[in-house]
Amino acid sequence: MSPSQNSDARRISLRAFAPHLLALPLWAVLGVFLAVPILMIVMVSFLDYDDAGLIYTFVLDNYRDQLGSAVLWRTYFHTIQFAVLVWALTLSIGFTVAYFLAFHVRTQLWQMVLFQLCAIPFLTSNIIRMISWIPTLGRNGLLNQALAASGVIDKPLEWLLFSDFAIVLAFVHLYTLFMVVPIFNTMMRIDRSLIEAARDAGAGFWDVLRNVIIPLSLPGIAIGTIFVVTLVMGDFVTVRMMGGGQSASVGLMMSNSIGLLQYPTAAAQAMVLLITVLLMVAAILRVVDIRKEL
Amino acid sequence: MEKRGLAFYLLAAFFALFVVFLYGPTITIALLSFQGPRGNLTFPMRGLSLHWFENLFDEQMVGDFAGSFGRSITLALIVMLLTVAISLLAGLAFRRKFRGATVLFYLTVASLIIPSILISLGIGLLFAVMGLQPTWWGSALGAHLTWTLPFGVLIMFAVFNRFDRSLEEAARDLGASPFQTFRHVVLPLITPSLIGVGLFGFSLSYDEFARSSMTAGSDNTLPLEIYGMTTNVTTPVLYALGTMTTMFSLAVIFVCVTLVVVLRRK
Repeated sequence: MSPSQNSDARRISLRAFAPHLLALPLWAVLGVFLAVPILMIVMVSFLDYDDAGLIYTFVLDNYRDQLGSAVLWRTYFHTIQFAVLVWALTLSIGFTVAYFLAFHVRTQLWQMVLFQLCAIPFLTSNIIRMISWIPTLGRNGLLNQALAASGVIDKPLEWLLFSDFAIVLAFVHLYTLFMVVPIFNTMMRIDRSLIEAARDAGAGFWDVLRNVIIPLSLPGIAIGTIFVVTLVMGDFVTVRMMGGGQSASVGLMMSNSIGLLQYPTAAAQAMVLLITVLLMVAAILRVVDIRKEL
Repeated sequence: MEKRGLAFYLLAAFFALFVVFLYGPTITIALLSFQGPRGNLTFPMRGLSLHWFENLFDEQMVGDFAGSFGRSITLALIVMLLTVAISLLAGLAFRRKFRGATVLFYLTVASLIIPSILISLGIGLLFAVMGLQPTWWGSALGAHLTWTLPFGVLIMFAVFNRFDRSLEEAARDLGASPFQTFRHVVLPLITPSLIGVGLFGFSLSYDEFARSSMTAGSDNTLPLEIYGMTTNVTTPVLYALGTMTTMFSLAVIFVCVTLVVVLRRK
C-alpha cells in the first residue's frame, strides 16, 4: 500500500467515526447527569431506611405505603386538576396570541418584534415573576384597593394571594409562552393559499378556523401541551410560593419527603410521578404526530 | 391591501392585554423598589428613594447577595460556554447517520420533559451514595446542563435542517479542506444561532431554581438566596433585588440581540 492510500484509508475511517466523537460530550453529560441519576432513583426507591440513613435491602414498602395512602390519591387528583385547568387557559390564550401574530400582523418585522416581546419574560427569573404578584394580589394590593374604592367589596378578599387561584394565575403567567412559541411556529408554516381556497369556496371565519387552521396547528398545540403538562405536574416551587402552605401538589409532596431526608419515599414518589408524566406524554403523542415538527 | 376588520381590533386588544398581564407585575415591583424608607410591600408609594437598593449590600438585611450573585454569574457563563460547544458538536454529529443517534435524540428530549425535581433528587442521591459533596460548580452545573442542552441541541437541529448544503459543496469544489469549509463557510452562517443558544444557556442557568435546590451544596446561587429571602424578608428590599436581577437579565438579552443584528448587517 502506498503512503497516500494509507492516509486516505485513515481519513475515511476517521470520517466514519467523526459523528461519534462529535456526539460524545452530549452522551457524557446526559449519561452522567440524566440517565445515571434516574437509575439511582429507581434503585433507592427499593431501599429501606432508618434515622442513620439508607439500608441496602430490597423492599417494596415505599411503593406499598404510598399507593395505599389516600393522601397520595387526593394529591394526584389535585395536581391533575391544576394541570387540566392551566392547560385549558394557556391553550386558549396562547392560541389566540399566536393566531394574532401569525395571521393578523402583516409585516415580518412587526411579527418578530411582537413575538420577542412575548418571549423575553421566559429569560427572566420565575421566582421574581411570582414575587411580583404581591403588590397586585396582596391583602392591601392594587386589586383589593380598586375593588374597595369602587364599592364592590367592603373588606379585602383574602383568597387572591396564597390560594389555588394564585397558583393557577402564576402558572398561566409563567407558562403561556410555552404554548405561544410552538403554535406560532406551526401556524407560520400553514400555506396561505389553503386559507384563500377555503374562503373562495365560501367558508366563513369559523369554518376556516375549525377545518383548516386548528387541524394544521395540532403539532404545535401538542408540543405546547407536553411542555405545560409536564411543567405543572412536576412543579413544587410555584405551589409552595403562591399557595403559601395552603395547597398541595405531587412535586411539593416529594420536596417535603426530601426535606425530611426520607429519600426512599421521595424516590418512590418520583418514580410514580415519572411514570404518570410519561404516560401523559405518550397519550398526547398517540393523538398527534409531531415528527414533522422536528 | 385588505381593510382591517373588527377581528383585527379585537385580537389586537387581546394581545395588548396579554402583554400588560406579562409585564404589569414586573413593572409594579420595579416602581415599588424605589419606595421611601418607610414604604412597604404594597402601594401607595411613601416617598421616592434608593434606600432599598443600598440595603441590598447589607448582609444582615439580605444575606449573602454579592456572593450568590457572583456564583450565579460564573455558573451561568460556564453553562453558556458548555451549552454552545456541546450543542454545536452534537448538531454537527446529527447531520449524518450514526449508531445510537436515535437513542441520543430521545435522551435529549427526555431531558426536556422529565420534571426538574427528579433531576435534582437523582443527582443529589448519586452524589450522596458516592460520598461526594454537591457543589454549585459540579453537581449544579450538570443539573443545569440537562435543562439548557436540549434547547441548544434542538435549536442546532432546526438550524442544520434548514442549512443549504450547496454552499459547503461549493467551498469543497474550490479546494477548501473540511476544517476550512467549517471555519469560513458554516461557522459565519450559524453564528447568530449560536449566540441565541448562548443566551438560552446563560439565562436558563442564571434563573434556575428547581434543579439547583438539591445540587448546589452549601453555597447558594442567587435564585436559592432569593427564595430563602421570601420567607423572612418583608420589606421592599425584596423588590430591589428583583428589579436588579431582572435588569441584569434584560441587559444580557439586549447585548445578544444587538450582536445578532450587527452580525446580520455585515
